[in-house]
Amino acid sequence: MLGFFALLGRKTLDSFGRLGRATLFLLRALAGLPSLLPRPTLVIQQLYSIGVLSLLIIVVSGVFVGMVLALQGYNTLVTFGAEQSLGVLVALSLLRELGPVVTALLFAGRAGSALTAEIGLMKTTEQLSGMEMMAVDPMKRVVAPRLLAGFIAMPLLAAIFSFLGIMGAYVVSVATLGVDDGAFWSQMQSAVDFREDVMNGVIKSLVFGFVASWIAVFEGYDCEPTSEGVSRATTRTVVHTSLAVLGLDFVLTAVMFG
Amino acid sequence: MTSAPADKPSDVLVDVKNLCFRRGGRVIFEGVSLQIRRGEVTAIMGPSGTGKTTLLRLIGGQLRPDSGTVTVLGQNVHKLGRDALFRLRRRMGMLFQSGALFTHQSVFENVAFPLREHTDLPEPLIHDLVLMKLQAVGLRGARDMMPSELSGGMARRVALARAVALDPTIMMYDEPFAGQDPISMGVLVTLIRRLNDALGLSSVVVSHDVVETSQIADTIHVLSEGRVVESGSPEELARSESAWVKQFMRALPDGPVAFHYPGPSLEDDLLGVR
Repeated sequence: MLGFFALLGRKTLDSFGRLGRATLFLLRALAGLPSLLPRPTLVIQQLYSIGVLSLLIIVVSGVFVGMVLALQGYNTLVTFGAEQSLGVLVALSLLRELGPVVTALLFAGRAGSALTAEIGLMKTTEQLSGMEMMAVDPMKRVVAPRLLAGFIAMPLLAAIFSFLGIMGAYVVSVATLGVDDGAFWSQMQSAVDFREDVMNGVIKSLVFGFVASWIAVFEGYDCEPTSEGVSRATTRTVVHTSLAVLGLDFVLTAVMFG
Repeated sequence: MTSAPADKPSDVLVDVKNLCFRRGGRVIFEGVSLQIRRGEVTAIMGPSGTGKTTLLRLIGGQLRPDSGTVTVLGQNVHKLGRDALFRLRRRMGMLFQSGALFTHQSVFENVAFPLREHTDLPEPLIHDLVLMKLQAVGLRGARDMMPSELSGGMARRVALARAVALDPTIMMYDEPFAGQDPISMGVLVTLIRRLNDALGLSSVVVSHDVVETSQIADTIHVLSEGRVVESGSPEELARSESAWVKQFMRALPDGPVAFHYPGPSLEDDLLGVR
């Protein structure tokens, strides 16, 4: 019994220690952001590997989520004769919730894990130490560009996800389920509020992008420099980001729409 | 212990005084003092696990000692702020045991990296400088290769070209001969001495390869159990009366450093109660 409490205490202290390290790490990374101003290519390169290379999974997922949403929504709405409101249902679901949340979960699996593994391997193979000994700060050269690129890429990916989801739903609704073309768009136009729905979705994706990128770069930088350590850090990135996104989504939804 | 001859203070580039360092509960250094002099190749030798690489990291300011001082080029490394430390590091080069090459960049880009980071030189000049550095290590023809395509010895030579790209004052080598075939080893031995003399460097070589290091070192400091057990020229150490130094320099399997790791007696292990 005493051993259990000792273990609990140790785990709790470890968690607080990690949280403290992560916070200091974030402050150092943020302090490195101004150094990127004269060198935008560093961020552009990362935008390519984090954003552009994530497009395939975002595009395919967005289209299929939209199509499935249309099919499921239609089955429910048709019971009440409200199937012409399918556009509204799809748009609100995607813009408010599914776009930011699913994109963040996919981002964690595709780009977050890659960021952690890349930085972790750079640490394991002494590339970060080598950089430090060449008087180049890895926080400015490696971490800050990736953090900023993740923060920028995430809302753009979420916007693409939501747009393609709506287009996927449109194809299924109008072409196969017989929903009226005009009703699909006009009802969406009248029910979706730009500030309330679109901007709140953008704010969510900005928050998720920031948190997901922070977790990914921190886990890579803080990992044990062994192959097993990198593997564990990569797993932690996906798990912690997913949990953080789902938890934050609840909090943000309660604040924005509660 | 043979003490090195007294020198003018300006001859001393690195001055380590009463250095104590612990990792976890383990004592790595307990009162280590040594000096590295201008223009010399100084070797830090000792068996694996004696903290030779840790000493390089302490000199480079990547680790902080528990007590004692490390003065490099007249500056106390561990009293410097981050910016001042980075300015000092521009005058230090380090060759890591793994090479630490950037795997996503070609040989050329690796060597160009410090030049691009720290200078505003025009691209044609960077091109020429990189080729000259690669020529010095015999790998000008490998400029377009990726690190994954290089042998271990070639990777270390590229890393050496990168480390001297900014013409450092002090060059530190972490186990440069480890895991090398005889030809690569011979090349590295020659390169370290030749670069030291041609570029006017001062070199610190951390190694446990006695023969190769003795060929090029002017001074050797032998570390054991957290202390410098003896210092002197390779010839002086070869004549040493210390049983420990004799065992290390002649690669004897048994001596003060016992062949068997401490543990219960064999009788207890085999015949004792289970």
